[in-house]
Amino acid sequence: MEEKEFSFGMSEEQRTIKETVARLVKDVVSDNAHDMDEKKAIPPEFIQKVWELGAAVSVIPEEFGGYGMEYSPIMNTIILEELAYGDMALAIAASLPAMFLYPILEAGTDEQKKKYIAPYCDASFKPCTVAVNEPRFKFDPVSLETRAEKKGAAYVINGKKCFVPMANNSAHMLVAAQDDGTHDLFIVSQDNPGVKIGEREKNIGLYALESYPVIFENCEVPVSDRLGGEQGCDYGKFLQKTRTALSAIGTGVSRASYEYAREYAKERVQFGEPIASRQAVAFMIAEMAYEVDAMRLMTWKAASALEAGKDAKRESYLAKLYAGEMTMKITDYGVQILGGHGFIRDHPVERYYRNGRGIAILEGMATV
Amino acid sequence: MINLEMTEKMIQVKNGINGMAKGMLRPISRYYDENEHMYPKELDMFRSLKIMSRPKKKKEGEEKKSDKPAGKKLGSNLAMVIMIEEMCWGDLGLLLSMPNAGLGNAAILAVATDEQFERFGGKWASMAITEPGAGSDSGSITATARLEGDEWVLNGEKIFVTCAERCDMAVVWATVDKKAGKAGIKSFIVERDRPGFKLEKLEHKLGIRSNDTGTYVLDDCRIPKENILGSPEVKQTSEGFKGVMKTFDNTRPLVASMALGVSRAALDFTKEKIEERGIKLDYEKNPNNVSSLEKEFYLMEANHEAMRLLTWRAAWMMDNGEFNNLEASMAKAKSGRYGTLIAQKCCDLLGPLGLSCENLAEKWMRDVKITDIFEGTGQIQHLIVARNVLGFSSKQLK
Repeated sequence: MEEKEFSFGMSEEQRTIKETVARLVKDVVSDNAHDMDEKKAIPPEFIQKVWELGAAVSVIPEEFGGYGMEYSPIMNTIILEELAYGDMALAIAASLPAMFLYPILEAGTDEQKKKYIAPYCDASFKPCTVAVNEPRFKFDPVSLETRAEKKGAAYVINGKKCFVPMANNSAHMLVAAQDDGTHDLFIVSQDNPGVKIGEREKNIGLYALESYPVIFENCEVPVSDRLGGEQGCDYGKFLQKTRTALSAIGTGVSRASYEYAREYAKERVQFGEPIASRQAVAFMIAEMAYEVDAMRLMTWKAASALEAGKDAKRESYLAKLYAGEMTMKITDYGVQILGGHGFIRDHPVERYYRNGRGIAILEGMATV
Repeated sequence: MINLEMTEKMIQVKNGINGMAKGMLRPISRYYDENEHMYPKELDMFRSLKIMSRPKKKKEGEEKKSDKPAGKKLGSNLAMVIMIEEMCWGDLGLLLSMPNAGLGNAAILAVATDEQFERFGGKWASMAITEPGAGSDSGSITATARLEGDEWVLNGEKIFVTCAERCDMAVVWATVDKKAGKAGIKSFIVERDRPGFKLEKLEHKLGIRSNDTGTYVLDDCRIPKENILGSPEVKQTSEGFKGVMKTFDNTRPLVASMALGVSRAALDFTKEKIEERGIKLDYEKNPNNVSSLEKEFYLMEANHEAMRLLTWRAAWMMDNGEFNNLEASMAKAKSGRYGTLIAQKCCDLLGPLGLSCENLAEKWMRDVKITDIFEGTGQIQHLIVARNVLGFSSKQLK
């Protein structure tokens, strides 16, 4: 492969897509994010509008129902940042099909690709989901407690998952489980009798995103539904992509908080001048500005490695670690700069603060 | 198109300079720290390297070469930050002691006329701006220059001059008209042997001890009229002064990369010690399920990566002719501060090894501190970033 130029600059295509998503976010999401949060629901037509951008389907080969365009992790981080800038709940919801389809596209057997990809390459959004997180202390995606035991022609899955977005409406989910020391992903149908979807969860943030606990009780999955079949999949690579994606989402939420607080600080007058004229506030804003950029650059760095087909274990790990820490710091600053007003739900910074908590904690909620 | 994967060329430059830093700077690092102010004669071999040189004069009609790299060529500013990081991984004080490559040389390179460059280009020039009463506020300097016949007569005191003793000459900033404020500030080349020019003393410092930081006193020091850099004319605006300050946009990413180099030296050494104890950093487990030491280390690495990307972006923008005042200050604000914190934390993780002068960790912690101070303190960088993103003037945000 020919060596690419080292560059921080967006191509025409990257800029165009970024602007298109940004426009959609501005038109559809921005003014409604508060309502969505209060009503604890995302209107399906919003998700449909994002789906119509075609980002996920575009990279799926024509033989499986897509448009066969070039797959680009960097482009995906750009899209995710813009969506999360509008609303993190919508960003996760709208990217769920990619979360399900990309791993199958990359690691699935021909049979799996034929069977599972095409039905989702539809003009209308169909939810499908991924179950990675587990409701327990010391949860670790590389040492899962959900087990998959091979018994004859099936794997038997046992364990508890939480924070499975849109699980009640998803016909299929990818389930991460440990199989004798190795980690694997399994394609599981919602109607499998071993799948029990619990009551909708109540969480600190992402009110608009429906999420559920899912319990697997002797859930039998045919061997042919283990992602990658006999070979299994590269679970490490799966994590690299989801970690990079979460970093992009963290960047988006942080940027939203930063920009809102910055504009507020210019308008808010106390002691006869804008509060931004005081260094104590101005320096917080400066810090927010460069940390948002740093987060984005680290996300791009991990995505660059992925795009070059290289191992991005270290880059994606550091990007997510950084995004987790910094999103909390920046969204905290966002509330702090608004003071008492930041605590009131009329301003979005309180929502960013609650939503931002998820970046460090969650795993496997989006992919590039 | 965005691509942050290092090219072969970048890796080559990095490895080449790292080899030199390891082979030449590291072995003498402690010695010149202990023998403060002693000239590192080993660096003499770099004197002939024309680092601050000008490209050969173009024939008339030929177009001036732009900084923008053609195709996949490595841009000069990006190459420079990569090199400086590696050199400072070796030793920051020694990098600052590179002959004929002082900040004064950079100023001469930027603004000297061809005649001046002919006269002064091959010499070592320090930069004398700071005064006892004028640090970050360089617009308030009080050193004076008045024209008497064919000579400028300079008076004043300059402190914190890097390479004060080793250099051949100094670029001295003085005002020709106090009433004109910043517009009256000009810079002058003063050879060290001019009567009335005195190296008053050398400072004893926290770090970068191999470098000779000193104080100059100018007492009716006379220099030829032609030794002024730039135009002697006092314009009504402060554009000229701002122009000079703009050269700092170019040097800020360089200082940021100094912080990168020193803190990476500390990180590499700490990692080596961690691994010697059988701890493997796997970049995989939930960071809350590893030891506190490992998590601290991961966080430092993440911050270091952030510092580097901000720094490389500022340099890359310069190579591409983009205005980078904001990004240069972001790079320095982040790198100066976090480079310092990283070097401190490494000593912490190293325990007693972090206190001992048997190894270099304690030295790096002392050396790196200067990067959050010189060429604009971290606080000044935050001011610049904040004014930029708020769209505030220096009156709106003091």
